[in-house]
Amino acid sequence: MCDTCGCGDTKIIPVEVHDRILADNDRQARHNREHLEADGVLAINLMGSPGAGKTALLEATARALGGKRKLGAISGDLATDRDAERLRAAGVPSIGITTGSACHLDAAMVHHALHDPPWRSIDCLFIENVGNLVCPAIYDLGQRANVVALSVTEGVDKPLKYPVMFQRADLVVLTKVDLLPFLEDVSVAAIADALARVMPEPRMIAASARTGIGIDAWAAWLEEQRHPSSARSRESYPG
Amino acid sequence: MHEYSIVQALLERVEQEAAARGARRVVRLWVRLGELSGVEPELLATAYETFRERTLCESAPMELDRVAAAWACRRCARPLVGARRCPECDVPATLVAGDEIVLSRIEMEVPDV
Repeated sequence: MCDTCGCGDTKIIPVEVHDRILADNDRQARHNREHLEADGVLAINLMGSPGAGKTALLEATARALGGKRKLGAISGDLATDRDAERLRAAGVPSIGITTGSACHLDAAMVHHALHDPPWRSIDCLFIENVGNLVCPAIYDLGQRANVVALSVTEGVDKPLKYPVMFQRADLVVLTKVDLLPFLEDVSVAAIADALARVMPEPRMIAASARTGIGIDAWAAWLEEQRHPSSARSRESYPG
Repeated sequence: MHEYSIVQALLERVEQEAAARGARRVVRLWVRLGELSGVEPELLATAYETFRERTLCESAPMELDRVAAAWACRRCARPLVGARRCPECDVPATLVAGDEIVLSRIEMEVPDV
């Protein structure tokens, strides 16, 4: 016992925690989800490689659905507001999140972005994540569904190389299918086969933002998601 | 490289637990990491080595317990190896282990009162 400062003796104790390291993010995501669901906003976490065609898919979505549904977007990028600018030009109210060096969006960033109106009055909010097939899969944002945009030019083995991303996807939109005639080694069947190996419920829509192929099917899928019973994402994050 | 964000969240969480018990330092901590968690053990260890300096965890080694992925049928709960669908029930498999990013245990030095 130390009589000088009264610090006392010490002992070593074990503390059992058994909690997700990202529990704070999970709590924030639950909060986002509660607000979005209460306001009737369908939130989609759109992920994919840089250049997979996420923004182009949303521009095509705006052309197909713009008159029927109120759309909104949050776009994450390391630098620049370019995606949000493109979407605003396409008639979609959009806010850009510049993440600096962060390779993903997290629930707090989305919450911060959601504090600006007019999110409550929209039907469908696209959260366009940072282009990356690894990190964004780990962070729940409060979305109802995860969608991965995978372009045919990325080849057929991306689902096998990045299983975590695809395993958590409710839907894969295979983009740029108008380029298939130029890609000898790529087939839709081979990509579907790779997805079936990693996705519990493989679902893929082949689309082209340029020609409009598949955009109707994508729009129909979005309409389906407006009925909460069809969504799976809320259970794909543990804890 | 989200491993750095994970380590920051880990250190915050450990410091909360330590502060609640008046701990002076953390002796050791245990983390469970699933095969399909999307976190690379080696990158996580490197990030931890970098960030633990000048924190309560400065002298605390991190033990990583790897957890293999395991799938089971959603309906009958039968374990499924190598398949994403139950052959009996014809429903999709669900991941029952392997996505953990969990702080399981902390050993810390506290006042003996």
